[in-house]
Amino acid sequence: MRVALAVLLTIAAVVLLSGSSEDKRVSIYSTIANYSLPIVERPQVDYVGLLEVLEPLGTVSARTNKDQWRLRYNDAEAEFTANKRAARVRNTNFDLSANFILEGGRGLVPLADLSSLLSRILGGPVTFNPRSRRLFIGSVGIHFTAQISNTTPTTLIMNFSSPVNPAIATEPGKLHMTFIHDPVVASSSPKLTFSSTAITSASFLENNGEAEVVITSTVPVLASFSNNGRTITVGPPPPAAAVTAVPRVLPAAPGLALAPAPPASTAAPASGALHYFAVVDASHGGEERGAALTEQMAEKDVTLAFARLLRQELNNRGLRTLLVRDADTSLTLDQRAAMTNAAAPVIYVCVHAASQETGVRLYTGLSPSGGENVGPFRDWDAAQSPFLTLSDAVATSVAAALHAKQISVRTLTAPLRPLNNITSAAIAIEIAPPSGDVSQLNSAAYQQPIAAAVAAGVADARDKLQVTRE
Amino acid sequence: MIPRHLILGAVVMILLALGMSFYAWHMRGRASQPEAASTQAVAPPASGPTEAVTLYVAYDDGGVLRAQAARIPLPAGRQERAEELLRALLNIYLDKSSPHLLGAGSEIRDVYLVDPGLAVIDLNAAFADGHRSGVLIEELTVASLVETLATNIPGITRAKILVDGKERDTLAGHLDLTNFYDVAAFSQLALQLQNTR
Repeated sequence: MRVALAVLLTIAAVVLLSGSSEDKRVSIYSTIANYSLPIVERPQVDYVGLLEVLEPLGTVSARTNKDQWRLRYNDAEAEFTANKRAARVRNTNFDLSANFILEGGRGLVPLADLSSLLSRILGGPVTFNPRSRRLFIGSVGIHFTAQISNTTPTTLIMNFSSPVNPAIATEPGKLHMTFIHDPVVASSSPKLTFSSTAITSASFLENNGEAEVVITSTVPVLASFSNNGRTITVGPPPPAAAVTAVPRVLPAAPGLALAPAPPASTAAPASGALHYFAVVDASHGGEERGAALTEQMAEKDVTLAFARLLRQELNNRGLRTLLVRDADTSLTLDQRAAMTNAAAPVIYVCVHAASQETGVRLYTGLSPSGGENVGPFRDWDAAQSPFLTLSDAVATSVAAALHAKQISVRTLTAPLRPLNNITSAAIAIEIAPPSGDVSQLNSAAYQQPIAAAVAAGVADARDKLQVTRE
Repeated sequence: MIPRHLILGAVVMILLALGMSFYAWHMRGRASQPEAASTQAVAPPASGPTEAVTLYVAYDDGGVLRAQAARIPLPAGRQERAEELLRALLNIYLDKSSPHLLGAGSEIRDVYLVDPGLAVIDLNAAFADGHRSGVLIEELTVASLVETLATNIPGITRAKILVDGKERDTLAGHLDLTNFYDVAAFSQLALQLQNTR
C-alpha cells in the first residue's frame, strides 16, 4: 500500500513539474520568414528537427534508408547517420557535437550545431545566440534607437529600422514590449538610462527565442504605434480627469496599452498635452478576424486599412487623431473602451465592414435597459447614454457629408460594444461593398472617398462638439 | 472431480449473467432514443384554432424588417404562446426561400417570461454559431425576434438573449448580447429598420 502511494505521488510530482516548465523554443529570422520551432530535449543536449528548420526557407526533401538520412535543400545535399556524429554536407565532412538522432523518419541535429550547419547548407552567414536561442540568417536584425523627447510631458520615442509588432503588457511602473516574430536586436547597450524623472530606463532582454524591451517609468505610460509600425511612442496618456466610467477589467494587451503607475507614485500626467480630437477604432484584429468577407478578405484587415485612411483625412483637417490599433493586434472590447475613455477624445469612431447590402451604415448607441449613473460614477454599460444627443448630431453631419458625395448612407441605432461604454460622442461605421462587388471593399479607391466624407462630416460637427465639451 | 450440481449451478449463473447483460444493453438503447428525438426542431401545433399575429420578418434584400400578418395556432399559456410565435418566425427563416437565411439547425430552445416584463429568449448554439457576421445582419435577426415577441405578447418591457442557456458576448461578432434590451428602444429601432434609408 505504501509503495503504491509513493508511486502515485512520484507520478503526480513528475506531471506537475513537467506541466509547469516552459516549452523551450528556438526562433529563426530570415528575409523569407520569421518563425520559431520547439526544441527536442534529450539528456544534456538540445536538438531541433533540421527539415522543419529548412522548410520555410526553400524547397527541401528528406529520405531515410535504414540508418542513413539524406536531406536535399535546393541544390545542397547533406547526409547523416543515426547515432553517429560524422556527417557530410555539400560533399565535405562535418562533425556534429553530439550524435545525430533519427526518430520516425525525423532527423534531429544538436541545437549547438545549427548555426554552422545552416551556414554550410545555405551558403551564407548565420548568427546564433545560444543563450536566447535566436538565430539570424543574413543581416535581418532590426535595430532601434530610443530617445527622450524635449516636449512636455516627456515621451520616449523608439524608432525601429523595420516595422515591428510587439505584444505589450503592463505592470505597475513597467511597460513590457515582447518581440516574438521580430528580429529586434539590442542597441549599443542593453540598458539605456534616461535623465527624465518620468521615464527612467529601457532595458533589452532576450530569452527562449524572444526579445523584450522593458520601459521603467514613475508615471502611467501608454505605447502608441505610428510610421507604419516603425515608431513606438511611450508617454503619459492624455488627461483623463473627466473620465469616471470604470471598466470591468483592463488586462494587458498588444497594440495600445496603458501601464498603471507604480503604487507609491504620486505623479500625475501633465494636463493639456497629447490631446486627441478623435479616436478611430479598427474593429476586430489579431486572432479575432471579424466577418469573413471573402475567402481571403477578413473584416479586421478592411477596418484597419480604412481606419488608417480616416486618420489621415482627419489629421489633414487639423483634427489630431489616435488609432486604437495600428497593427494586427487583439484587444478586448473593454480595453478599447478604456483606452478611448482615457484618451478623452471629442469623438470616437468605430469601424466595421460587411458584405451585405451596399454603401455606408452609420450607427449610434442603443443603450441597454437599466444602468444608472450615480454622481460622478457612470454605469459601464450605459456610459454612452449622456452623449447620445451629441453622437446623433455627429451621425447626422457625417450622413450629410456622405450624401453630398453621392455615397449611399443609412443611419441606425444598434446595441453595440464598445460604443455603449464610450464617454464622448461616438459613432460606428459599417462599410459595405459598392453594388455587391465585395472584392472592392478593401481597395483604397473605394475607401478613400468614404474616409474623406466621414472626416468632412466630423469636421463640420467640430464647433458643436467643442462647444458642448466646453 | 467437481460435483455435477456445482457445474449445473455455474452454468445457470453464467446464463443468468448473460441474460441480464443483454437486457441492460437493450434498455439503455431504448432510454437514449427520446434524447435523440429531443434535438429535432419542434413544429408548432398543426391543428387547433388559429390566431392572427404580426411577425416582424427580416429581409436581407434592402436590409429591412417588414411587419407580416399571419394566422398560426397558439396554445393557451403566455410562455408557450411566446415560444410558438418565435418558432413560427424561425420556420420562415429556415425555409429554402427564406428572405433572411439562418444557419441549419437553428432553434429557439425556450422563452421564459419573468415578471415584471422580462422575456428571456434562449437560442441554441447552432443559431449563433451559424449566423452570418455583420452589424446589420445580426441586428435584423435580433430586432425581428424581440419586436415579434413584444408586439404579440403584451407586457414585455425588457428582453435578454441567451445561447444554450448561457450569456454570450455577441451574436456573431457584433451585436451585444450581454445586456438587457429595452423593448421601447427596440421598437424605435424596428421602425428605423422598416425604412430602407
